[in-house]
Amino acid sequence: MSEAILSLRNINKSFGAVHVLRGVDLDIYPGQVTALVGDNGAGKSTLIKCIAGIYTPDSGEYHFDGKPVTVNGPRDATALGIEVVYQDLALCDNLDIVHNLFLGREKKKGVTLDEASMEQLARQTLDGLSVRTVKSIRQTVASLSGGQRQTVAIARAVLWNNKVVILDEPTAALGVSQTEQVLNLVRRLADAGIAVVLISHNLVDVFEVADNVAALYLGTMAAQVKLNEVSRNQVIELITTGKSAGVTNIGANK
Amino acid sequence: MSTQTPETAQETLAAPSLKSAAADYWARIKSGDIGSLPAVLGLVALCIVFTSMSSSFLTPGNFANLLTQAAGVIVIAMGLIFVLLLGDIDLSAGYSAGVSGAVLVILVSNHHWNWVPALLVAIVAGVLMGLVIGWLVSYVGVPSFVVTLAMFLAFQGILLLLAGEGGTIAIEDKTVIAIENSNMKPLISWLFFLICAALYVLSGLRKMAVRRKAGLKTELVQLWVFKTVGLLALCAVAVFSLNLERSNNVKLVSLKGIPDVVPLILAILVVGTFFLSRTSYGRHLYAVGGNTEAARRSGIDVKRVRLFAFVICSSLAAIAGLIFVSRANSVSPTTGGNSTLLYAVGAAVIGGTSLFGGKGKMRDAILGGLVVAVIDNGMGLLGYAAGIKYIVTGLVLLVSAGVDALSRKGGN
Ligand SMILES: Nc1ncnc2c1ncn2[C@@H]1O[C@H](COP(=O)(O)OP(=O)(O)OP(=O)(O)O)[C@@H](O)[C@H]1O
Ligand SMILES: [Mg+2]
Repeated sequence: MSEAILSLRNINKSFGAVHVLRGVDLDIYPGQVTALVGDNGAGKSTLIKCIAGIYTPDSGEYHFDGKPVTVNGPRDATALGIEVVYQDLALCDNLDIVHNLFLGREKKKGVTLDEASMEQLARQTLDGLSVRTVKSIRQTVASLSGGQRQTVAIARAVLWNNKVVILDEPTAALGVSQTEQVLNLVRRLADAGIAVVLISHNLVDVFEVADNVAALYLGTMAAQVKLNEVSRNQVIELITTGKSAGVTNIGANK
Repeated sequence: MSTQTPETAQETLAAPSLKSAAADYWARIKSGDIGSLPAVLGLVALCIVFTSMSSSFLTPGNFANLLTQAAGVIVIAMGLIFVLLLGDIDLSAGYSAGVSGAVLVILVSNHHWNWVPALLVAIVAGVLMGLVIGWLVSYVGVPSFVVTLAMFLAFQGILLLLAGEGGTIAIEDKTVIAIENSNMKPLISWLFFLICAALYVLSGLRKMAVRRKAGLKTELVQLWVFKTVGLLALCAVAVFSLNLERSNNVKLVSLKGIPDVVPLILAILVVGTFFLSRTSYGRHLYAVGGNTEAARRSGIDVKRVRLFAFVICSSLAAIAGLIFVSRANSVSPTTGGNSTLLYAVGAAVIGGTSLFGGKGKMRDAILGGLVVAVIDNGMGLLGYAAGIKYIVTGLVLLVSAGVDALSRKGGN
């Protein structure tokens, strides 16, 4: 297995008296999809917010590209090349696809916006992801389907050559065929060398697209294992009880 | 008008046709993206009704009168659009105009300043008022409705103190008075039209050339020609009728040409449109108005964007103040008061700007401002009382806001 691009060690995070993350370890690898699973309230969202710099962990180590780093805000995470696609997507409905892709990072010629080159780049990015479902990249995001919106949000994450892309339940609100499209897209991101983290409650999705799975249980990392070494029942056990016989941690392989 | 182009045409290899362009436009209307269509239709309908009911409505004199009558409200509305794009409101913009107007008149009339530095100070006053409002709204976090309601009262008080209780201060400066009372000479008017038309056509051609060079789909040429020729023909007719003699007594005084305030408004329109559609600040305004949280996560400084919107709004109100004092030849405690602000909000909303934020254009202020002025002017000619005019204008505003709300629902 290649070197992890992002490693967390012994991360702790409390909100007041509530100890939400308890000594969590996590490794994320380039070119792989790491599924982050766990029951409601296990701490998945809190963990990715720590990665994204929205929360600062109380203690623990954060390594990026093998070097220890401190991430004190979303800007630090962005600078490292980490992009999070949140569940609510956060797109501007009144703007078109190109505008949304470049929001906050518009290309300019002098003081004016360089619409032509932004449109070209947007087209290339979507083509690169083999996105063929949008009719025009100049249509407003309001007119897109849920799956297309998810696609735009993901495309925005890869437009900036990010190294780590984290997706919080990208298929939760989608129908069968749109889920399939988004999962294909997730797979292509990883195949392009990006380290992808996929939060999902749907084990079918996880088994379809992920390379390894990290299961949180009540704020502790029950196990992070290669997907081809576990069965669905073992993963369910990890999620619901925090342990499963015969599961070997990836960390233990080292 | 080029920003309105239906760029949503299918990106298929099939050659774009007028038919597919029309289909796209229809699809946008159906999805609730109706833009300025109701304002244009309303304006045409109102003009037909008033022309058929009053012989003095469609006359060169009344047309010029309409433009100068609408000018102040249009400029306030153009500033308000920046604030409305965020989903905020500035109820104090009318009295900011009054206060800036008073500053101008007092400096020129009482302190014998030249009008240029006096106007600069008046605009600085506008900037300061905008900074106070913007700071309270975006950094302290008080809702804009409350802040500007309070400022509505406070600015009214400042104006009262400046103008002196019940008093009016006259202004005699020729340049200031000329803005609302003088016209360009007919020949200059045509020259002005030709230059503007040439620049408009050139910018349209340039935009197409840039897109073609980048290998991007361009607007259908026939459609562009059709729209451009139509707009320019309409403007040419307007210039022609404004160049007709409209004085009742030609021997005493000759009145013809484009009113001086028109180029002023066009200049604000061009600069404002450039700001909104071609700069990243403009883009961020739309983004914050569309989804504040998304804008924040994209690294946009939401507070600063909001602060600037209020500064722009009050600064343009200062220019409206100049127009008001020019029209009245004086400033009084009611300059920018009465129905001014509501007419300006009405103008923006009737023109197609959404009260919910994220949708609107500079030209909405002009279209809507003309609708408001036509109602006011036409009903006045027909001899209706002021009360009836207010009721009708209020109802038109309500209908526009209703259309806005419903089209939002339809869009989602
Ligand atoms: N800001 C906060 N303040 C206090 N407690 C919090 C805060 N954020 C999260 N928690 C608590 O931390 C625990 C983990 O929450 P988190 O949102 O990370 O769970 P999750 O695994 O993402 O769950 P879900 O699957 O429902 O999204 C929960 O018990 C939650 O109540
Ligand atoms: Mg969650």
